[in-house]
Amino acid sequence: MAQANRPLSPHLGIYRWQVSNTLSILHRMSGMFLTLGALVLTAWLVAAASGASSYGALLVVLKSPLGMLALFGWSLAFFYHLCNGIRHLCWDAGWGFTIPGSRATGWTAVITACALTLVFWVVVLTGSGS
Amino acid sequence: MRFRSPLRQAIGLGSAKYGFEHWWGQRLSAAGLALLGLWFAVSITGVDLLDHAAVSAWIASMPHAILLILLVATLLYHSNLGINVVLEDYVHDGGKLVASLAAARFIHVAMAVAAIYSIVKLSLGVQA
Repeated sequence: MAQANRPLSPHLGIYRWQVSNTLSILHRMSGMFLTLGALVLTAWLVAAASGASSYGALLVVLKSPLGMLALFGWSLAFFYHLCNGIRHLCWDAGWGFTIPGSRATGWTAVITACALTLVFWVVVLTGSGS
Repeated sequence: MRFRSPLRQAIGLGSAKYGFEHWWGQRLSAAGLALLGLWFAVSITGVDLLDHAAVSAWIASMPHAILLILLVATLLYHSNLGINVVLEDYVHDGGKLVASLAAARFIHVAMAVAAIYSIVKLSLGVQA
C-alpha cells in the first residue's frame, strides 16, 4: 500500500454478472456461512452431552422462527457448497473445464442443491414432526 | 567453490515456498466431507431431534460416534483452510492478518475439541 494512487485493473463493478462469477461468489459466501453452521453443530453436540436441560435450551433457540430460518439457510448452503464443490473437484481432475460445460454444470449444481434442500426438509418435517 | 546447483533448493518450493499442502488438504477434506456430509444429512432425518434421550443415544451408538468424530474433524479442518483463504484475501494489514489467522485457528481447534469430547462423553456414558 505504499503508492495509493496507482491505476487499478478493472474490478467487480465493470464486468457483466454471469453464472460463473455469481456461483463462485456464492461458493465462498456459503462456505463462510457454513463455518457458523459448524459452530451450531458443535453447540448441538455439546448441549446433548451436557444434559436434557441444556439441550432443551438449545432447542428453544433453534425452534424459534429465526432459528428455523437459519437452519433452512444452513441446509441450502450445505447442499449448494456440496454440489458446487463436486463441480470444483471435477475441474481439478480436468473434467468439464470449458465455458459451455461450466455454465451447464453451474445450473445443474444450483437446481440439484435446491431440490436436495426441498427433499431434506420434506423428510425432516414429515418424519419427526418438528 | 561450490558445485551444488541452486535447483536443490528450488525443487518443491515455488516462489511462495508453500501452498501444495493447503491445496491438497482442501481437496482431500472436500472429498471426505462430500461422503461424511451426505451421510449426516441422510441419517439425521431419521432421528427425533426434539427428544434429548433419542439424540444422545443416536450420537453415542457405534457407527454414528466414529462417523461424527470424522465429520467434525474433517469439517473443521476444511473450514479453517477456507477461512484462512478469505482472511488472506481481505485482511491487508500484516499484524491484523496474523492475529486473525491465529484467532481462526484457536476457534477451530476449540470447536473440534469441544465437539469430539462431547461425542466421546456420550459414547462412554451411554452403553449402546
